[in-house]
Amino acid sequence: MTKPKIASTSLCGCFGCHMSILDIDDRILKLVELVEFDKSPINDIKRFTDRCLVGLIEGGCANQENVKVLREFRSHCDVLVSVGDCATMGGIPAMRNGIPLKECLAEAYLDGPTVHNETGRVPHDEELPLILDKVYPCHEVVKIDYHLPGCPPPADAIWEAVVALLNNKPLDLPYELLKYD
Amino acid sequence: MSDEITFTIDGVEVTGTQGQTIMQAADQAGIYIPRLCWHADLSPGGSCRVCTVKVNGRAQAACTYPISEGMLVQNETDEIREWRKSIVEMLFVEGNHFCMFCEKSGNCELQAMAYRFGIATPRYPYMFPQRDVDASHPDVFIDRNRCILCGRCVRASRDVDGKNIFQFVNRGRETRIAINAEANLADTALSAMDKAVEVCPVGAILRKRVGYAVPVGKRKYDHEPIGSDIEARRAKS
Repeated sequence: MTKPKIASTSLCGCFGCHMSILDIDDRILKLVELVEFDKSPINDIKRFTDRCLVGLIEGGCANQENVKVLREFRSHCDVLVSVGDCATMGGIPAMRNGIPLKECLAEAYLDGPTVHNETGRVPHDEELPLILDKVYPCHEVVKIDYHLPGCPPPADAIWEAVVALLNNKPLDLPYELLKYD
Repeated sequence: MSDEITFTIDGVEVTGTQGQTIMQAADQAGIYIPRLCWHADLSPGGSCRVCTVKVNGRAQAACTYPISEGMLVQNETDEIREWRKSIVEMLFVEGNHFCMFCEKSGNCELQAMAYRFGIATPRYPYMFPQRDVDASHPDVFIDRNRCILCGRCVRASRDVDGKNIFQFVNRGRETRIAINAEANLADTALSAMDKAVEVCPVGAILRKRVGYAVPVGKRKYDHEPIGSDIEARRAKS
């Protein structure tokens, strides 16, 4: 029997949630027995090679590239899980949501007290993904099947969730594993 | 005692005294009814509606509704649980609740309520409103991003502190907590020791320089859901 495949990505996140995945410690050996990793920063596979059972999404959508990757995950994965506060509610990057984009860019590239920018322009290049008007939680962009909040979610919560999904069991997180911080 | 009143909550017989609210009688009996705007030391506000129960089939706020002989109260039904859950979810999307860096996290009643209800993420779209922070006062700040408009500070400042510093202004989604000074919190008579500061259920009104004092794992709601203390009373009796 071929092993089910799992994929993961970090959109507008800090990779802290991926650190929390690694934080399952020696259970990662068990995980490797249970699943095969497809596209993921853990194995550095850049493109989907096959259909996946589970996709773990860290980070929200702050730019066009994030949206593109998220949609790609949606079309390649049976089950998508938002992992962490950035994916579930926008997180720290969403702090800019109350501020008009123009002001954000001006503060970052033109007017900020530590800015040194001789061009006097906001970077604008085809290579740079277009920034969105605000940061969106993943479920406001595509359908997300499950949410694991936390900054980051505890390693145990991620482990429990993945094991439940792989065994087709309902996920019943104990009180201590559902946290927003 | 002649003023004793007996009624039921979810089929469990509860005895209270004349003049008590459903919440007071339930607390005594060790039955937890979730609440946010209610505070033990203040008059009930009846505004958050998290304590909604059904009394003889009609929805009522348990914190303001007086008990009467033989009445049937429903507390833990799927329908009521769903109402409460959606209220808490609406509070989360209506403000800017960034738990990951909030000093109140772990001791916050809104967050604890969401944990108790098992809310992974709100079902409603986030509004990300523009709210302001007033850090002018030397010892206290207001972060309106986190305010849930429970009105505890309004009642505490008026009834306990006797200062009338806080009041609601505007209507509907524009409602916000205002202060009785032209511009800044620093211009009010607020003191860090005021009841109004102590009773805020969220991180909207906080004392400065005391944040993050308790480590993760030792905070109020890290291990036990909100309401566990009340439910423990029932287990004992």
